[in-house]
Amino acid sequence: MSRFLSQLRTELQLTLRNGEQLLLTLGIPVMLLVFFSLVDVLPTGTDDPVDFLAPGVLALAVMSTSMVSLGIGTGFERSYHVLKRLATTPLGRPRLIAAKIASVAVVELVQFAILVPVAFALGWSPSPANWALAVAGVLLGTAAFAGIGLTLAGRLRGEINLAAQNGLYLVLLLLGGMVIPFSKLPDGIRAVAHALPSGALADVLREALGGAGVQPGTSWIVLAVWAVVMPLVAAALFRWD
Amino acid sequence: MTAVDVQGLTVRYGDLVAVRDVSFTAEAGMVTAVLGPNGAGKTSTIEVCEGYRTATSGTVRVLGLDPAKHQRQLGERIGVMLQEGGVYPSARVLDTVHHYCTLYGKGADPATLVEQVGLTARSGATWRRLSGGEQQRLSLALAMAARPEVAFLDEPTSGVDVNGRDTIRGIVRDLAASGCAVVLATHELDEAERLADRVIIFDQGQVIADGTLAELRKGHDEIRFRSDPNLDLGALATSIGMVASQVGPDEYVIDAPPHPKLMAQLTTWLAEQGHPLTDLRAGGQRLEDVFRRLTARDADGTNGGEA
Repeated sequence: MSRFLSQLRTELQLTLRNGEQLLLTLGIPVMLLVFFSLVDVLPTGTDDPVDFLAPGVLALAVMSTSMVSLGIGTGFERSYHVLKRLATTPLGRPRLIAAKIASVAVVELVQFAILVPVAFALGWSPSPANWALAVAGVLLGTAAFAGIGLTLAGRLRGEINLAAQNGLYLVLLLLGGMVIPFSKLPDGIRAVAHALPSGALADVLREALGGAGVQPGTSWIVLAVWAVVMPLVAAALFRWD
Repeated sequence: MTAVDVQGLTVRYGDLVAVRDVSFTAEAGMVTAVLGPNGAGKTSTIEVCEGYRTATSGTVRVLGLDPAKHQRQLGERIGVMLQEGGVYPSARVLDTVHHYCTLYGKGADPATLVEQVGLTARSGATWRRLSGGEQQRLSLALAMAARPEVAFLDEPTSGVDVNGRDTIRGIVRDLAASGCAVVLATHELDEAERLADRVIIFDQGQVIADGTLAELRKGHDEIRFRSDPNLDLGALATSIGMVASQVGPDEYVIDAPPHPKLMAQLTTWLAEQGHPLTDLRAGGQRLEDVFRRLTARDADGTNGGEA
């Protein structure tokens, strides 16, 4: 087995053993999707809530894995000197980062493999459905959120990083148009929400999977900027120890 | 053969000079102990040798390579044991060793390594469930997975029980016997005394002593003994012609080589005075005494010891 695959296997093993991360990456998105699709209490503005919720929850899943799960895990690895130890092995930093990215991708595939069929079972029928565009959005979103997560993980100590990641997760969830429509937010907050990566990702996924984006052109630009800038910020600020 | 060659190394963190113009070497097949008080610059120096930290100035060569430029090539040839941590808390012992054996790709057998460090019975336990000593032994197994030509071991016996220490000492000796250059950073002077072929003492970012134990002890022989409290040291000095100092309630030191005649005079005087001889140690100073002597501070905080 190659060094990269061995590291990837380790990353995935640890993710599977971490109950809190599984709850965050799979449990919460599935629960939100199922509950609010069946209990029509959110002002989604659609005939069937799942048509609004499904793209938003897919965006939430991307954020959970690439920002919070990656960020918290990496932060603790930094605190426990795991990164320092690995940096002295032939694995090297580029392969370590590549293994982390691949691990995020695998988890996202698993998330989508569960969430999409669940959404279909709940009556979701996206039309038009441009899956290639959705994948492009997911890739940009992954880069943007991973950049944010690693920036926090690379600067804050374990417990503070944990609190910061979870706090940011809640803010981005509530203001990001994932489960609450932008139109229901106050004017000032709505402008901010459109500039957030969560809002941009939810909007481009909603446009790609159902043609219901609010301002998809702007959202693509916002998402692309976050996707380019945040990894660069993470690379510049990250401390390995 | 010189495996580690450090010349004029300086490491700065902003305004703080952690390591100042340090030079030393470590030879293949030998255990080189790096000693020093906290903040003396040991870890910074070793991290530069590992390629983890960048030198501000100076030259460092490990196995002939510059660690700053050839970290990846060196990573395949060196084993590293951190002072603490370094393992995923939820990772299991055998899984972790297996992972590192794959990373190093030297064909080391994970189960054998786990057995060598005495953790076979704990193979399925996670890092967070291990005791401090068990964690240290696992960390040593990870360094051994490299089948290293140079091993940098930071406090390998810290928090380890007596049996575990014996295991670790045996492994360190075996590593050196196999031709590996072992660089052992430790606060535990007893450990260094038992294992080291050579001792380098750091203080305030500088090397203040470098040599074999015999070389560091040279010129500092002593006779150390225990007897009744508060002996009549004046009478003893008159009898043996040497001054003895009381260094503990019942412990005394005579700064002199242990000539048989002097030893006989001492024991004779004690016998004549009716005092017991409960302990007697003669010869070179203990490493602890050498260390204290060299790192002694004056009241103003400057090094008042000998260089």
